[in-house]
Amino acid sequence: MTEKKRAAASGGMAGLFRNQIFIPIAALLLLAAFNLIVDPSFFKITLGTNSEGYSVLTGNLMTILDYGSEVAILAIGMTLVTAASGGQDISVGATVAIAGSVILRILVGLGGDGTLQAPIIVAFLAACVVSMLFGAFNGVLVAIFKIQPMVATLILYTAGRSIAAWINNNELPIVTDKTFTYFGGFIPGLPVPTPFFLAVVCVVITMLVLKFTNLGLYTQAVGINASSSRLNGLNPTFIKWLSFVILGLCVAVVGLIKTSRLSTINYSVIAKDIEMDAILAVALGGNALSGGKFNIPASILGAYVIQFLTTTLYKFQVSSDALPAYKAVVVVLLVVISAPAVKEKMAALSKKMKTQKEVG
Amino acid sequence: MKENAVLEMRNIHKSFPGVRALHQVDFTLCEGEIHALMGENGAGKSTLIKVLTGVYEKDEGEIYLKGSEKPVSIKSPQDAQNLGISTVYQEITLCPNLTVAENMYIGRGKSGLTNWRKMNADADRILTNLGIPARATQQLSDCSIAIQQMVAIARAVDMDCKVLILDEPTSSLDESEVEKLFGLMRDLKARGVGIIFVTHFLDQVYEVCDKITVLRDGELVGEYVIEDLPRVKLVAKMLGKELNDMEEIKDENQVYKGPEERVFEAEGLQSDAGIRPFDFYIRKGEVNGFTGLLGSGRSECVRAIFAADKVIAGRVKKNGKPVKIAKPLDAMKNGIAYLPEDRKRDGIVGDLSVRDNIILAAQVLRGFFRPFSRAEANRFADEYIKLLEIKTASADTPIKSLSGGNQQKVILARWLLTHPEYLILDEPTRGIDIGTKIEIQKLVLKLASEGMSVTFISSETDEMLRTCSRLIVMRDRKVVGELSSDELTQSKVMETIAGGNVG
Repeated sequence: MTEKKRAAASGGMAGLFRNQIFIPIAALLLLAAFNLIVDPSFFKITLGTNSEGYSVLTGNLMTILDYGSEVAILAIGMTLVTAASGGQDISVGATVAIAGSVILRILVGLGGDGTLQAPIIVAFLAACVVSMLFGAFNGVLVAIFKIQPMVATLILYTAGRSIAAWINNNELPIVTDKTFTYFGGFIPGLPVPTPFFLAVVCVVITMLVLKFTNLGLYTQAVGINASSSRLNGLNPTFIKWLSFVILGLCVAVVGLIKTSRLSTINYSVIAKDIEMDAILAVALGGNALSGGKFNIPASILGAYVIQFLTTTLYKFQVSSDALPAYKAVVVVLLVVISAPAVKEKMAALSKKMKTQKEVG
Repeated sequence: MKENAVLEMRNIHKSFPGVRALHQVDFTLCEGEIHALMGENGAGKSTLIKVLTGVYEKDEGEIYLKGSEKPVSIKSPQDAQNLGISTVYQEITLCPNLTVAENMYIGRGKSGLTNWRKMNADADRILTNLGIPARATQQLSDCSIAIQQMVAIARAVDMDCKVLILDEPTSSLDESEVEKLFGLMRDLKARGVGIIFVTHFLDQVYEVCDKITVLRDGELVGEYVIEDLPRVKLVAKMLGKELNDMEEIKDENQVYKGPEERVFEAEGLQSDAGIRPFDFYIRKGEVNGFTGLLGSGRSECVRAIFAADKVIAGRVKKNGKPVKIAKPLDAMKNGIAYLPEDRKRDGIVGDLSVRDNIILAAQVLRGFFRPFSRAEANRFADEYIKLLEIKTASADTPIKSLSGGNQQKVILARWLLTHPEYLILDEPTRGIDIGTKIEIQKLVLKLASEGMSVTFISSETDEMLRTCSRLIVMRDRKVVGELSSDELTQSKVMETIAGGNVG
């Protein structure tokens, strides 16, 4: 190899190692390799017909695409909240319940017979407004009253599910309309689960917003140094608040998916612990949980990796009660590997090996 | 090792990706001497200190300490401390919400238990011994910056240090506080402590130091006894060239000659930062300045103009028309730019790249929905990196990894990119080497000659005298005088600050 080429190659390698997206990719490959060795049938995808008589793809990978999309959508908002406020919103699961409850209340109404009282789009938009309002509530606590994000969102984390139940007077409305099942299931003729398409739409919109506005630059500047951002004409309070409102919008989409899956709601179980998955997705994406720079694609990949992990564990007959414990072990491993201290050591090690090779 | 040397660093090498920070550097410190470490920004002073204190690991070289035959290995700040090497940084690294005594003893207890009474008594004894006017049980944040600095030194001294490193300790102190600090340093010197003193203030070097080691571009220029190295030569060694820039930089031909209408005017302006209402104006192409002792309110005045603090009273006019400036963005829209005093807290956005830091203000002015394209941003960044000779590996480098002077240039670039009519520079040269200082002063005069109005604030009076044509003097948070033309002399300024002739 010529001198120049070698330098370029090593730069490329080092660049990859230092790149944020390397972490979730490595985790994904690791999980995939593990499954491949233990049981290659994990990756089997079959084309079959579901109970409705449509031909759909099934298999573990489809499950990951399906449920991972919920986490991915939340991870978009969570990444922005993390970057701007340096903290996380732990109330997303509870606000998903609220959003879902609003959708059902508007679609079916109290004591309804299950037929649609209003178009689905109206119900969804109402849910958007409501969860953005709750996001705004969190945002006010964090941005104006300067309360620690986790503490501020603890309020809704505790109260959210009761509020959700109260919206429907503690009834469990059931939607009988078939089109409502499309959002959490399949659209006739499309063999891929709809949540994946919804996630794609959300990601595309986010990417366009980041490209055609300064949301990215402003959020990062505020997250890194609010004081200096203010002296550059930014309004840190507004930008922090805005990130919570955007997360509210993501929550509404997940609320739609979740209620569509069951055509009804279970207030205490719906989207339980999903906030932890969303926060882990952000962390796994290599974003600093203390705020500042962020990378949305890495978070989204992180979300699917989390779901990959969950599905793998289910595959090995881990009961859903024990799941968090197993997840914790894996998460500890992943987070330690991606910790800056370890990364530095790795970089030093690879440098050392390289010089030895050159000498030898 | 040389006789009575406490520290010897030999053949130190250190590289960062893309930068050779130190190359074959030797450094020797003797017992009971104050040794100045001098060099421009990016000369390698900080890197050398950080290698010595274990913040960085050296690539090559040996460090010897008194009483050990073999070279010592310093892998962490903890190692350095255990070997008797203590550091006091420019920024206070203590905990403001703890008491003075707690700050002096934090992280030093061998056991988990603390004898609070003994700790407070010990602390009080040391404070009295060193003549530091603070009580052990006082909360640190209640002390002035200077006292906090001294507490940091007291902490270092009490840990049996043989080598004390003072990294720019005086940059936020006023003159009487600096005197106290020097007293403390001389005291320690008499006790045999070797002190490494890093500073940009030449006066201070010649006041307290015994020897000078000069670095340039990561290499050792030489070690000199202070008597053998007059100032002009020192500056020449630091810059690597003989220069006559130290003389008058005002050039009579380089003066703005257009109409001199008032660009900005304020009447009874007051902010919530505790200054008295003041009147102010600046003409087109004028350079004026606020002067006064530290804490006299000079920064608060310009912050009020830019609405960096909350404005509570006053009227302002821009080019004769009344305008409302309630927040920084209003000021920016009116063509005012403000380079803040505290670069780290109010200036840089540390993790962002040099490019993003340069375009930030211009981008905010342009609007949320109109981001600069990648190509435009790169063009601006490259243009200003070249124009201001910013030393950075690339425009993508995070600004926090640049040296202080280069960070300052980036912030300056940020504001120049907004093409302001009125530029406020609050301590733009603090903590910056002399070469960059002169560059910035020259730039200010050049901008003014092109019609920009500039307000310049500096702790160094001679710097103000060299650049400003009118000085507003402040004392105790109010404007007490205004000096121009013939009155602009060091003694007149001092007199007005002190208020001697008033009585």
